[in-house]
Parts: sequence; structure tokens; C-alpha cells
Amino acid sequence: MARIGVVTFPGSLDDRDAQRAVRVAGATPVALWHQDTDLQSVDAVVLPGGFSYGDYLRAGAIATFSPIMKAVVDAAGKGLPVLGICNGFQMLTESHLLRGALVRNEHQHFIRKDQTVIVENTATAWTNQLVAGEDIVIPIKNSDGRFTATAEQLKAIEGEGLVTFRYPEGDNPNGSANNIAGITNERGNVVGLMPHPEHAILPGFGPNTALAMRSGTDGLRLFASVLNTLVGA
Amino acid sequence: MPKIVVEVMPKPELLDPQGKAVGGALTRIGRPELASVRIGKRFEVVVEQPVTDTLLAEVREIAVEMFSNPIIEDVVSVVVEEN
Repeated sequence: MARIGVVTFPGSLDDRDAQRAVRVAGATPVALWHQDTDLQSVDAVVLPGGFSYGDYLRAGAIATFSPIMKAVVDAAGKGLPVLGICNGFQMLTESHLLRGALVRNEHQHFIRKDQTVIVENTATAWTNQLVAGEDIVIPIKNSDGRFTATAEQLKAIEGEGLVTFRYPEGDNPNGSANNIAGITNERGNVVGLMPHPEHAILPGFGPNTALAMRSGTDGLRLFASVLNTLVGA
Repeated sequence: MPKIVVEVMPKPELLDPQGKAVGGALTRIGRPELASVRIGKRFEVVVEQPVTDTLLAEVREIAVEMFSNPIIEDVVSVVVEEN
């Protein structure tokens, strides 16, 4: 059975939710600690949401200098699938595994809502069980979720098709550049996104859908995607 | 002990929502001539030895790599304060 590591930092909030998502998807979650230097031979890593180190300095910045992140960066360079959710996405940009940066929401408010995002690149380790062009609904909750990048970075991201998730036109919750909600790297093994797929995996606990209240489980397919990748590897 | 003071500002082209909110408050207290505000960060690093040119250069590097994120911020000054 695939073993997927979930890193807990001081201030991580959604590590247990991510572990549960891994379990519901049919893999074994492995708890990793920020002071660990060894990834315990896991097959993939999730960097969960929260406010690691109190968001001091910049969101995700201090986590970048933790021992485990050195191991994660090295392993990602060798192709290990890595998913960064919310604070995890901020860590991925701060550690240069993904381009761009995440800054304070345009309107200064913390947001929490069920968010529709449009799927784009499905050739990644974490999106191959999604369909390009489909809408999925997963919760979003952040205050530093505005994706920004230099003009050259944006050009590269768009030119190379590295956008995995985009907010619909007119429903950009934080002022992100080009409505970007999530991106990948060239290799497609590293994906970061601001909304939380791990909160949309169990009927009864997900976003509302047209069918029934809280029945949304779109997030589960990101975890199913990595299992599919690992089986094929 | 000497201090190295580093100042970091959000890039001019990047929206600074914090500064914008403070600018709005200035207008509300009747000071519209204080046209706009941008908020940055000041780091005071106490050094337990004399600050050499080499050390200052190293701190400049740390300022760019850790104290700031060059995608969104500029290090605007790195100066030594003796006390």
C-alpha cells in the first residue's frame, strides 16, 4: 500500500485532515515532523494548511528553513510527488519548488467559503484523475492567498501550461494574478493550491452540491491521482 | 553591541493592502494631503562582535534570501548602528 507522508509544523492545522484524506483515498498516512531529516521512504508528501510558525516573517517562510523541508526539496528534485495545500503552497513558493509568491488578500479579509475552481493541467501527479475544463468545488480559507509572480514568471507559468486550477472569471476570492488558484512545476510532480481538497473527501463533511448538503467529494480525486501515479510508476 | 538594521519594502508595483487601509484611515481623520502609505519591515540584528565588511556583506545576502522574498519585496537599506 502506498505510504504518503504528511508534515506537521508548529502551527499546522490541517495535518490530521490531510492524513484522513490519504486514508480515505486508500493509502497509508505517515506523520512526519518538521524536525525530522528523514522522509521515512514515503511515496509522496503533503504539506498541509495552517499557520506554520505563526506566519511570522512571511507565510510559509520560516518552515522553508526547517530540517524536513531540506529533505522535501531534495526529494522533489528527484521526482517525489509533493502537494502543498494553502500554507503548504506558500512553503513551496518560498522554497522555490514552485514559481511566484502568495501575499495578503487584496481586500485584507480572511475568507472561508466553498470555492469553484476550473481544472486546467491534468498531466500532473496530483490532477490526473480530474478532467481539464471541469469545475470542482472545494473549500477555501486564507488571508494570504493572493497569488502573484514577476512578469517573466507569469509568462512562463502560462506559456508552459503550468496552471492546474483557476478561479472562474468574476469569482476570484483574493485578487490572484490571472485568477490562478494552483500551479505545478515543469515535471508535474509538485502541485500547490490555495483551496483545500482534504476538506472535500467524505460525504457529509464536504461542500454543498446540487444533489445534497455537504456531499461534495471533489477533493478526493487529487489524492486518487497520486495513487494512480504511484501505481503507474 | 553594534546593530545591523535591515529595511524591507513591498515592491512598488505590488498592491500593499495594509498601507492602503492605513491611507484610508488618514483620510478619515481629515488628513487627505497625506496621500498614500506603504508599510514595510525593519529588522534589528544585534551582533556580538565588531561588524566587518565581510559580515555586513553576508548579512546583505541573508537579507535578500531570508528577510525578504525578492519576488514581492526589496531590501532598501542595510546599515550599521553603533551604540
